[in-house]
Amino acid sequence: MTGTGGGLWLEVLRPGALTTLQDRGRPGRAHLGVPRSGALDAEAYALANRLLGNRPDAAVLETTLDGVTLRAGGPPGSAVVVAVTGAPCPVRVSGRPVAWGEPVRVPAGAELDVGRAESGVRGYVAVRGGFAVQPVLGSRSTDLLSGLGPPLPAPGTLLPVGPPGPDPVRGADTLRVPAPPAELVLPLRPGPRADWFTPASLSALWRSPYRVSPESNRIGLRTEAGPRLTRTRGGELPSEGMVLGAVQVPPDGLPVVFLADHPVTGGYPVVGVVPPGRALNAAAQARPGTPVRFVAAGW
Amino acid sequence: MRALVVGVEAVLVEVGTAAEAAALHAEVLRRRAAGELGPVRDVVPAARTVLLDGVRDPGALAARITAWRVPPLAEEEGPLVTVPVRYDGPDLADVARLWRVAERDVAEVVGSVVFRVAFCGFAPGFGYLTGLPERFHPPRRATPRTAVPAGSLALAGEYAGVYPRSSPGGWQLIGTTDAVVWDPLREPAALFAPGTRVRFEEAGA
Repeated sequence: MTGTGGGLWLEVLRPGALTTLQDRGRPGRAHLGVPRSGALDAEAYALANRLLGNRPDAAVLETTLDGVTLRAGGPPGSAVVVAVTGAPCPVRVSGRPVAWGEPVRVPAGAELDVGRAESGVRGYVAVRGGFAVQPVLGSRSTDLLSGLGPPLPAPGTLLPVGPPGPDPVRGADTLRVPAPPAELVLPLRPGPRADWFTPASLSALWRSPYRVSPESNRIGLRTEAGPRLTRTRGGELPSEGMVLGAVQVPPDGLPVVFLADHPVTGGYPVVGVVPPGRALNAAAQARPGTPVRFVAAGW
Repeated sequence: MRALVVGVEAVLVEVGTAAEAAALHAEVLRRRAAGELGPVRDVVPAARTVLLDGVRDPGALAARITAWRVPPLAEEEGPLVTVPVRYDGPDLADVARLWRVAERDVAEVVGSVVFRVAFCGFAPGFGYLTGLPERFHPPRRATPRTAVPAGSLALAGEYAGVYPRSSPGGWQLIGTTDAVVWDPLREPAALFAPGTRVRFEEAGA
C-alpha cells in the first residue's frame, strides 16, 4: 500500500449501483477534450470534507441511490473516521445505527454500511485524510464520459486513506442542508442559442413542467414529458464549447441539463444555462420522475 | 465577430470561418498571457467559435472582445510536431479513388499538408486537424465502425484526426501511427493541443 498515510484503508464489500471516486474534477483542461468531472452535488461534497477537517479537494466516494458497504482496515486498534452526506440514508457500523452527516469512527475490521437513500440520489462518503488513490491529470475523479481517473470500485477493491487534513474533525453543521427537492426548479439564463427556437415553444418552456428522465446520469439530467422546443431553423450547428449547466436541446426537443461529466463541445443548440450552485446541486439529487420547472432568469 | 454571454461566467465568441476561429484562439491566448483578460479557467476553441469559461464579468468581457482587431494567423505560428504514419488503413483504396490518385500517392497528398489542430473533442486528446484542401475532403463513412483501433489516422470532411484510443468512429481510416497522441500520465498529455501544427511523414520512407 502506498500513500496510505497512517496505513489505513477501506475495502469495498458492496460497491452499490454506481459508486465513483470524486473530488473537484479537472477544470481548465476542456481545450484538450477533458471533461470537468467532479462531485455532482458540490455542496454535499464540500460539507463531507469540512466535517472531517479535510482539504477541500480531498477525494470521496459518490454513491447512487443504494449506498455502499466498506470494511475499515489498518493496524490493530486503529480506526478510520468517516462522514456521510448528500442524500439522507441510514448509516451503520457493525450493524449498529450511527449518525448521518457527522464524523463517525469505524474501527479496523468493522463494517460501514451506507444504506439506500431515503430521498435524493447521490451520497458522499468522505474519510478523514481523503481517499489516496492515484490522481490522473490532477484529479481523483472518475469521469464516466471519457473514462479518465480511477476505475470503478468493485468488491475487494482496497481504497487507501491519505494523511489527515489540516483541520481537526468538527461537529455537525448539517442543519442548513436543504432536503432533496420534491420539485426541481432550475433558473435558466438565456442563450447562447435561444434564437434557434420559436417564441411559442420558448414560452411553453416556462409554462409546463417536465419530469426527470430515468436516462439521466452524471453527464446530463435528461427531461421527459414536457413541451418540446421547436427550432426556427434547419441545419446543423458547428460543434462549440459547452459549459456546466448548459441546457442543450437535441432534435427531439427535450432539454438536457449538462452535469459534471458533460462533453466539452457539442453540436446541439444551447437554449440557456443553469448557473452552477444550488440549483445544479439539487439537480444531482433529483430522482427520475421528479417534476422539473425552468424559470426565466434574465430573459 | 459576435460575442455571446453564456450563463454567468462564460463568453462564446463566434466568427465566420475556421481560419478566423484559429486566429481568434491565438489572439485570446496572447491576451490571456498578457493578463488582459483577468482570470479565465478554460479557453475552448471549436469549429467556428472560441469559448472563454470561468471569467469574472462576461457581459463586460463580451463588449470588449467585439471591439478587438484580430490579425490573421501566421502560417508558422504554433509548435510543429512530425508524426510517422503507415498508410495501411482499410479505407485507403476508397479515399484514393475519391481523390482520383493511386493508393501509394495518398501519403504524398497528406504529407504535403501542414495541418493545424483546430480544437479537441469527442475524446481526450482527439484533435480536429484542419488544412486539407477542399477537393480532398472525404465524406464520413455511411456506417460507422463499432471499433476503430487506437493510432488510426482518419479523415472526415474538412478534418483529419488520430484516434487516441480504440473507440467507435465513422471517419475514413487511411493509416496508422505508433505515436502516442494521448497519455494522461505524460506532461503534456496531449500531442495535439489546439494551435499545434502537425506534419504526417510516411514511416520508413
